[in-house]
Amino acid sequence: MNPTNCKYTKDHEWARIEGKIAIIGISEFASKQLGDVVFVDVPQVGTELVKGKTLGVVESVKTVSDIFAPLSGKVIERNAALEGEPAKVNEDPFGSGWMIKIELSDPGEVSDLMDVKEYEEHCAHSEH
Amino acid sequence: MKKTPLCAVHEALGARMVEFGGWYMPVQYSSIIDEHQAVRTKVGLFDLFHMGEFWLNGPTAMKTLQKIVCQDIEALSDRQIAYTPMCRPDGTIIDDLLVYRWSMNKYLLVVNASNIDKDFRWIESQLEGNVKLENRSSTMGLIAIQGPFAQEILQKLTRQNLKAIKYYWFTGGKVKGIECIISRTGYTGEDGFELYFEHEHCEILWKNLMEAGKDYGIKPIGLGARDTLRLEARLMLYGNDIHDSTTPIEANLDWTVKMAKGPFTGSDILKKQKESGVQKTLVGFELDKGPAARHGYTIFKNGKKIGEVTSGTFSPTLQKNIGLGYVTPDLKAIGSTFDIDIRGKMYKATVIPTPFYMRPGQKK
Repeated sequence: MNPTNCKYTKDHEWARIEGKIAIIGISEFASKQLGDVVFVDVPQVGTELVKGKTLGVVESVKTVSDIFAPLSGKVIERNAALEGEPAKVNEDPFGSGWMIKIELSDPGEVSDLMDVKEYEEHCAHSEH
Repeated sequence: MKKTPLCAVHEALGARMVEFGGWYMPVQYSSIIDEHQAVRTKVGLFDLFHMGEFWLNGPTAMKTLQKIVCQDIEALSDRQIAYTPMCRPDGTIIDDLLVYRWSMNKYLLVVNASNIDKDFRWIESQLEGNVKLENRSSTMGLIAIQGPFAQEILQKLTRQNLKAIKYYWFTGGKVKGIECIISRTGYTGEDGFELYFEHEHCEILWKNLMEAGKDYGIKPIGLGARDTLRLEARLMLYGNDIHDSTTPIEANLDWTVKMAKGPFTGSDILKKQKESGVQKTLVGFELDKGPAARHGYTIFKNGKKIGEVTSGTFSPTLQKNIGLGYVTPDLKAIGSTFDIDIRGKMYKATVIPTPFYMRPGQKK
């Protein structure tokens, strides 16, 4: 189930906005498409992210996939637990599988993201 | 896109299907790691309908094979199998294949799906004397059962004494009433069997094997786990580790190159390489913690480009990143290090012994 308190991108990232902070990860749809996640590479604290640009990569056994910044801002925390347990991205993509927290530089960008209903329609079209 | 007769069965099992070399194939059912572990610890079932099968038949069949492949086919007994490269005159590999000696004058050749047309044209052009080549790829089914419980499960469906079939030997016989070639071979590094049969029996054999293996935890295995399994066992993937511009000597397949049998296609070059050395050699490596090295990534030593990764993955058994790649021969010793460019950053790799994985009790 995709949480209703998250916003989504067409590339299957999610962002949960709490004031000026956004927590970011990839959706369950994305984690299922990737399969077993074995490595997650996200930027260091302090890195400035630009909406739509690559923020890192997630690797499954089979493939490497870019993660795109859903919003612009500065990285203030990264999920260190993913270094030892990248499989959390599969097990709990919206919870303990979160990737980074950023401080938004342009909160107005939030309105560009999809709500859960729009996102689920988007997923239905992405599936073959 | 070509489809296996088991397509609907895979879809019903929840497989994710992808296009692979012109075939619509299951890449995974549950998860690559789950499927991989099932084969290593229990048992797994593979639909390999896409593989190519040729029959070579006639009094000069052996003479033809002795000329076109590197292995010594004359040294095989009836019901014995050889894994062998097939080379061009310049020593580069056209394909790697299995040669099944049915009898002195009759052989089954099992070739890679992506090379069926290329191989057929090549072999046809090499035929000498009274010999007939027949492509049975589209009418022959192939199912592999692999893993520690493979023999026990398959034995429930056949009267053939499977215990008596040694590694790389086969027999003809019935499985659940269906005439099969029962071969103790595989592409996983585990014990197991491969069954060849007329394609209309695909579904009934698959269902019976799944049913017979139910209590053993049998799982269907997709291409994803097939790749991680074979790489751990250092089994070559044509198109990656060996291809149109590599030779068996460069790929460290010396053990398949039988100079003593006399001249064969490519033997002059291979002999020269064996005597005076090669420019590149295929090694196995591991990476420190971090991202995996993948097919096509560049290998550097002291800032200079020296080679390329041909296969690389996270190894579910070893729980680390492993791979194969061509490097300069000075770096082939165990413990040698080099750098791999992964998305613009250099990561240190160390040469380690291969196969990366050997099943308990297996001899090198």
